Amino acid sequence: MPHTTAPSSSSASTDPAIEVAGLVKTFGRTRALDGLDLQVARGEVHGFLGPNGSGKSTAIRVLLGMLRADAGSARLLGGDPFTDAAALHRRLAYVPGEVSLWPNLSGGEVIDLMARLRGGVDERRRAELLDRFDLDPTKRARGYSKGNRQKVALVAALASDVELLLLDEPTSGLDPLMEAEFQECVHEARAEGRTILLSSHILAEVEALCDGVTIIRAGRRVLHGTLEELRHVTRTTIEVATARAPDQLASMPTVAGVEQTGDRVRFDVDTDHLDSVVRYLAGLGVQSLTSHPPTLEELFLRQYGDAPDQADELAAGQGQR
Amino acid sequence: MTGTLVGTGSLLRLVLRRDRVRLPVWMAAISAVVAGSGVAVAQAYPTAAERAGYAATMGESPATIALAGPPYGLDTLGGILVYETALTAFLGVALMALFAVVRHTRAEEDDGRTELLRSTVVGVHAHLAAALVVTVAASLLLGVLVAGGLIVAGAAVGGSALFGAATAALGAVMAGVTAVCAQVMPGARAAAGTAGAILAVAFVLRAIGDVQESALSWASPIGWSQQVRAFDDERWWPLAISLVVAVVATVVAAALAVRRDVGAGLVAPRPGPARAPRGLRSAWGVQWRLQRATIGWWVFGVGLVGVTFGSLSREVAEMVEQNPTFAEYFGADAAIGLQEAFLASALSISALIAAAFAVSSGLRTRSEETSGRLEMVLAAGATRRTWAAASVVVTALGSVVVVLAAGLGLGVAYGAVTGDYGVVLELAASALVQVPAVWVLAGVAFAVLGLAPRAGALAWAAAAGCLVVGWLGAAIAFPRVVVELSPFTHVPAMPAESFSATPVVLLVLVAAALTAAGVAGFTRRDVG
Repeated sequence: MPHTTAPSSSSASTDPAIEVAGLVKTFGRTRALDGLDLQVARGEVHGFLGPNGSGKSTAIRVLLGMLRADAGSARLLGGDPFTDAAALHRRLAYVPGEVSLWPNLSGGEVIDLMARLRGGVDERRRAELLDRFDLDPTKRARGYSKGNRQKVALVAALASDVELLLLDEPTSGLDPLMEAEFQECVHEARAEGRTILLSSHILAEVEALCDGVTIIRAGRRVLHGTLEELRHVTRTTIEVATARAPDQLASMPTVAGVEQTGDRVRFDVDTDHLDSVVRYLAGLGVQSLTSHPPTLEELFLRQYGDAPDQADELAAGQGQR
Repeated sequence: MTGTLVGTGSLLRLVLRRDRVRLPVWMAAISAVVAGSGVAVAQAYPTAAERAGYAATMGESPATIALAGPPYGLDTLGGILVYETALTAFLGVALMALFAVVRHTRAEEDDGRTELLRSTVVGVHAHLAAALVVTVAASLLLGVLVAGGLIVAGAAVGGSALFGAATAALGAVMAGVTAVCAQVMPGARAAAGTAGAILAVAFVLRAIGDVQESALSWASPIGWSQQVRAFDDERWWPLAISLVVAVVATVVAAALAVRRDVGAGLVAPRPGPARAPRGLRSAWGVQWRLQRATIGWWVFGVGLVGVTFGSLSREVAEMVEQNPTFAEYFGADAAIGLQEAFLASALSISALIAAAFAVSSGLRTRSEETSGRLEMVLAAGATRRTWAAASVVVTALGSVVVVLAAGLGLGVAYGAVTGDYGVVLELAASALVQVPAVWVLAGVAFAVLGLAPRAGALAWAAAAGCLVVGWLGAAIAFPRVVVELSPFTHVPAMPAESFSATPVVLLVLVAAALTAAGVAGFTRRDVG
């Protein structure tokens, strides 16, 4: 069985797995991280979202001690990502977003190498994962497809007995079957008490797997919390038919996007102010009403695409401390 | 057929854009060596009598003929120039063509870029056509430069043009042959390796053929380029064979191209082992795995250089007796035997070549880094310090083995020629004295890697500078400061000079300091 180094300090297990505050990293004139905050509790599966180029990979690479931050603090499993890199790396596994392998090594060799670097191969787990991910370990890396290279890195990471998994878009290139297998593996890892930071663009995956979410934009956190909380601070969509026309709706400060089709009205309302709106509607004689909370996709789109003003407003509402 | 060539024009511009530095550097380096040798030879053999002496020694030596080709027109300056530079020009153009074709065909496919382009309006043959057009054009241009170099050195115009054309023709043949390999083999490296093996066989065939004066030379593309007999009874028709073969190879490659998938050759790749060998378990194991084949090839190549020099020992002694300029070149005077001076020069040149190994080995980490593989190894628990230590040790020991191969090759070949095997150990020890200078270059590479990782070219420039100073230093009077900058200047030139500990110890210290600075930088800086 692989040997896992015990946490160096006695209070380590109560520390957050990841604690990042005000992190700044610049490359020349580009400010890749601009005061990033990120907290991940032990045992949590945390979604790390952001548009392309928003600094997700840079943040992960700072956490891995590959990059030195210019300002701010980063703690990983109670240690310093840069100075304690080797000790920390025995307790974590990493899957890069773009997996590059040695062209003349076979997948099996790469998996063995990674496991041995961490301290040893768990034979049973290795065999099981190769089977579950349907990976041929005898193929040379130059012959692997993108998805298969990704699988090599995933098997190498999941086969190791570690406390923390840093996964940078780990399922890009995987087919739906493998995607399902990956989700299953994440569930198992969480049940075993591991912490997972999952950077992903597949929102359904994040919704299915994550306890908490951090959304970043331009190197800065714009939204974070549990999925439940996020839904709460954002808007709920309501579709309603009332006996009398809801004339005042458009003028209510917390209501947006009012659309009238026949006798039905569709609008978004701040979830915090749902109560007052519903009370107003009740006075008009509600004939039918459907409401649904925002999906993560809607949250995401609101954060960066459709309405940047709204995103800023939401971010302000989140209170950037 | 035009349909399969759609988009060639745009791809042509892409190839030119990507190679706008690389190909000119190849051409400049090869033509500079030819022109540089031209100047040196013109100085060494200004009179007919001296050229006759050259013809009598070098032109009769089987070892030289095996390297340089059949001796034609050695009574002319141009003939001697061709004899001296054909090896560089021919191997240079062949390798330039080989790498250019692989780079723009299979290497592109392996990286998945071809697919991206092929999905646009681009015909099946467009990539191949663009690569071949650029490569053949570069070969032609190089031919013009080589011819120009000879003319500038004072050789006759007609013979110079013929030699230039022969150089270009070999480039075209090699482009075609490589294009075929690129279709057949499973990947870029295999394609380059196979084309390289074909080139090596071509070289050996003509070496044997030239020494035996048999028809075997005609089985080799290099032979066709040599049989034009520049500066002798010149004839252009052998180049027609080159032309026909280049065209046929191109047609074959084009025909094969439509029979295979993008990214796959006609030969399927062999599977690898399912499990890693015991040794592959740490940064040390990774370094060794990455470098062992490279070290093997360097040992073979530099050992061959030693063997070549060793087998020339006798001819050189005769040649030097007849031409005092050469005694000067090898730094021999009355006090030091000619033989020793020559052997010391041979070791020095071998060590200069070994320095290229040291630099490439030292910079190997950089390509691991830019590809993202170093990140994976470090994230899996290897420390930067261990990785750096493994890299330093593999490079340092690799340098020792490569230099030692030169010393042993030199000694054994010398023994075979002279019957005196007693010097083998002495030459091996003399070779080892060169190692600290090689380590200094490795130290430069590590310093660059740790402190200025994007400036890998600096380390190569340092190695190239040492090579120029060491190789041409006797022919061209460089300022003293420049000569002193090269660590190889300070190595005791054994066996011509006696061993002296001070410079050796100082070189080791310099190498250690550079390496330490590099490793310190590497453990602190950003990776990737």
